[in-house]
Amino acid sequence: MKLTLKIWRQKDANSKGSMQTYPIDGVDGDMSFLEMLDVLNDGLINQGEDPVVFDHDCREGICGACSLMINGEPHGPDRLITTCQLHMRRFNDGDTIVIEPFRAKAFPVIKDLMVDRSSFERIQHAGGYISVNTSGNTIDANAIPIEKEDADASFNAAACIGCGACVAACKNASAMLFTSAKVSQFALLPQGKVEATRRVLNMVEQMDKEGFGNCTNTGACEVECPKGISLENIARMNREYLSASLKG
Amino acid sequence: MISSSIARKVAMALSGLFLVFFLAQHFTINITSVIAPDIFNSWSHFMGTNGLVQGILQPILIFGVIYHFVMGFILEIQNRKARTVRYAQFKGGTNSSWASRNMIITGLVILAFLGLHFYDFWIPEIVHKYIETHPEDPTRYYAETVHKFESPVRVTIYVVSFILLILHLWHGFSSAFQSVGFNNKYSKGLKLFTQIFAVAIPVGFIFIALYHHFNQIPH
Repeated sequence: MKLTLKIWRQKDANSKGSMQTYPIDGVDGDMSFLEMLDVLNDGLINQGEDPVVFDHDCREGICGACSLMINGEPHGPDRLITTCQLHMRRFNDGDTIVIEPFRAKAFPVIKDLMVDRSSFERIQHAGGYISVNTSGNTIDANAIPIEKEDADASFNAAACIGCGACVAACKNASAMLFTSAKVSQFALLPQGKVEATRRVLNMVEQMDKEGFGNCTNTGACEVECPKGISLENIARMNREYLSASLKG
Repeated sequence: MISSSIARKVAMALSGLFLVFFLAQHFTINITSVIAPDIFNSWSHFMGTNGLVQGILQPILIFGVIYHFVMGFILEIQNRKARTVRYAQFKGGTNSSWASRNMIITGLVILAFLGLHFYDFWIPEIVHKYIETHPEDPTRYYAETVHKFESPVRVTIYVVSFILLILHLWHGFSSAFQSVGFNNKYSKGLKLFTQIFAVAIPVGFIFIALYHHFNQIPH
């Protein structure tokens, strides 16, 4: 397969980037998208050029490291997958593919297609945890009865891998889906109730501080999320937030 | 709390729901101008002279409209600042509706329409009652309303504005429930209701405007 790649190149966080065009030949349909970029980089290195920097780690759809806006959609045109799970058979010979970093003020570009998503980490640090006594008398989580529906909903929320596709897809660059998943996974469980009030208040405050946009319920985040995180989580976070605000 | 993104979102939702309720009430009165002019005159007279409506509900309505628009602009500016470098390619149409992505555009058209609507009805009413201080005539409303729809240009503007209102309500009405945290097994049915409302009420207003345009009465 012969393709034309239009890729965002940016030297560092302080430089101004631009789209650069790279022709690539010999792309196999069974290659993953990241493997195709590996091939491109091999060629660039052999020519003495700077390889294209992009995030990747597990390459099996569970770490959330790979990102990329591919032809105007985070993680490419397919649903419920990450970029590493996208295969080149999804494209046709002669196609032009536009590849950009996830764009948000809160996700500054480090280099080329790699962005700094530590704003998500700071939101997690603000309350995305539970405090458990680990001094020897820890209660086995399996010994705590939890309704099946709540356990399932919590597990589904916990499936969020924090890749940032929700922010990338949102026209407002809002992080509500990510934050709400992290709030929901604990809000639904007895272990999370203890710190529920301060958790939601602190996490939303941190989310706002990071400079993400406001949610306008377009639903793009839910559609583009590789893990199918539902908008129900945002509604739940809104309820949790209002209830926590009234409690003070 | 009040400055947080969720608080602003809830405030937008509540002011929007209030305006939707007002729209339904406004339509209920207006449709009587087509089916029963006497009832239209009597309800209009009540709305124009009742102390509670004029002194309390009308100021609340004006505040609600201004708040909804001002907050809408503030949120739009903040949202634009949240992505300083735009995408070279962004396929919003693959994952969200046009109406949901362009609330600011439909909102601006509705705002411009409201300016015309105030110029057409509200300002003449203030002049009539408080500046020229005419004696109150409970039968004047029907003829005045019908004559406003004489101009084809004005009727066209009304029709276009109400089409944009359909798009604004199509997303905004159901979205308001999500914003206040209502998302459960009833949400699908509720969304259907909000979308029927989003089409039916503006189409009803369009019908009223066209009906009066084609059924003019002598001045």
